Amino acid sequence: AGDGSGPAGSAAQGGGPPAPERVLFPPTFSVSEIKNKQRRHFMFLRWKQQQRKEKLAAKKKRRKEREALGDKAPPKPIPKTIENQRVYDETTVDPNDEEVAFDEATDEFAPYFNRQTVPKILITTSDRPRGRTVRFCEQLSTVIPNSHVYYRRGLALKRIIPQCIARDFTDLIVINEDRNIPNGLLLCHLPDGPTAHFRMSSVRLRKEIKRKGKEPTEHAPEVILNNFTTRLGHSIGRMFASLFPHDPQFIGRQVATFHNQRDYIFFRFHRYIFKSEKKVGIQELGPRFTLKLRSLQKGTFDSKFGEYEWIHKRREMDTSRRKFHL
Amino acid sequence: SPQVVWDTLGNRQFCSYKITTKTQNFCRNEYNLTGLCNRSSCPLANSQYATIREEKGRCYLYMKTIERAPFPRRLWERVLLSKNYEKALEEIDENLIYWPRFIRHKCKQRFTKITQYLIRIRKLTLKRQRKLVPLRRKIERREKRREEKALVAAQLDNAIEKELLERLKQDTYGDIYNFPIHAFDKALQQQDAESESESDAEKEEEDDEDADKREFVEADDSDLSDFEDMDKLETSSEEEEEEEVEKVSRSKSKGKTPLKGPARRKRPYIEIEYEEETEPATKTKAA
Repeated sequence: AGDGSGPAGSAAQGGGPPAPERVLFPPTFSVSEIKNKQRRHFMFLRWKQQQRKEKLAAKKKRRKEREALGDKAPPKPIPKTIENQRVYDETTVDPNDEEVAFDEATDEFAPYFNRQTVPKILITTSDRPRGRTVRFCEQLSTVIPNSHVYYRRGLALKRIIPQCIARDFTDLIVINEDRNIPNGLLLCHLPDGPTAHFRMSSVRLRKEIKRKGKEPTEHAPEVILNNFTTRLGHSIGRMFASLFPHDPQFIGRQVATFHNQRDYIFFRFHRYIFKSEKKVGIQELGPRFTLKLRSLQKGTFDSKFGEYEWIHKRREMDTSRRKFHL
Repeated sequence: SPQVVWDTLGNRQFCSYKITTKTQNFCRNEYNLTGLCNRSSCPLANSQYATIREEKGRCYLYMKTIERAPFPRRLWERVLLSKNYEKALEEIDENLIYWPRFIRHKCKQRFTKITQYLIRIRKLTLKRQRKLVPLRRKIERREKRREEKALVAAQLDNAIEKELLERLKQDTYGDIYNFPIHAFDKALQQQDAESESESDAEKEEEDDEDADKREFVEADDSDLSDFEDMDKLETSSEEEEEEEVEKVSRSKSKGKTPLKGPARRKRPYIEIEYEEETEPATKTKAA
């Protein structure tokens, strides 16, 4: 009887006089059981207010305790971020891993890292590129030294690739375009190297970047690769590194950054200046875009018979918000 | 009776195959020869009629005669035409011999058009075709949002600056940049790590560097007093204050004045060493 009258009593107050300071809900009562929407809403708001008050009181108490303890207080707990909570990936590369080092010494990028080959890049687009894509290609070719832009005249990639190999190109970049905006990037390392297919988003051309500097010069930029932790990330990172000449020219003070965060690779191109040994100023020039890896295929581009090392499978890989693959 | 059909359906009353637009009437009937709604091309209003239709890349000639009018099931007679263009035209001719000229002519025209588009289909399938992949709205929205959050979490500028400073510390740049305090810190670290006998050698190196810097600096009209190096603690605090003041003035002009190479780089170095009296002079120089 007491329980029955409790909810009825407190529900009857709904919408009427202001709520008392402390509302005591009987233990079996839950706000969602009230059928009347208005009253239920009112009770829910009141419950929420109460929760907030309790939380504030708890915070105050904690702060007082902390001040009271002074130096002996335990250190502040670290806030949880997605990067902190990331599901541990067993393919994370340990810097001292010998197996990884051995693999890297013998994979397709070894000739680049041993300085046997000089990178030479061919940049092209999909059929009939529109103005924006063309301009983006041009800007990209100023960013990457020793790169050439060629107009694609409806040629099949499988026929282009042997010709490129014959002319000593080391990498092929195809920018796919849809409705006037570039939205895909295919990066193919040429003498039978892996092919990576990315989805490209938020492309900003040079004129759309605010507070930008002058044009990038011809100097070879430095390369920064951030956060490529897993094996897959490592190989992609090496792929990017092999686009740029091995010896950056520090006179140019330009740096190209590939920063991986939660499986999105952000590309930026800056010019830096050291104001003192603890301060550096950077100024963004050059295009910027973000990439998301869709598939990595061994061997050159072959969508039908290629051997895929990694494909992004949405159903399996997008289930957890804390799991990243790069 | 075909005349009656035309008077009722085609001309005046409702015909379900008829589509009217502003300028023309079309006929949706699948056996229609021209596609327009006319007295001569209506398959319902002509008891003797013929059409060409194609199925799976092969063309057929369909014929309708008065004799079969009461038998709707056998109404349309179908003849397969040969794949050869000229032969097929001859076949049309021999099947439609003694038929009205209009129907014969239109049949051949239609057959020509059909073969042309079949050829085009075959050619296009050999070329590369653009594969259209449907986007899923929910997924696109989710990806976009995640990208924004990742961008915020990345703090790119900070990360890049940190990385560059790391590289500076680890001496990847070699001798290009020489900051006195930096060199001093490094020397200190080396001192701590190694034995004292080596520290003497390093002190000599420092003196050499100072001597170089002294020459360097004098060429640009500034004084580097000796005691600054000894009281490095004081100077570092002074420098930070001066740096902050300068940073404020320079951050405004950061975007407008692009960094102009080594010549510019000397300025901040010099400004650090200046004492308070000469600061206004440096500010005007920077501006």
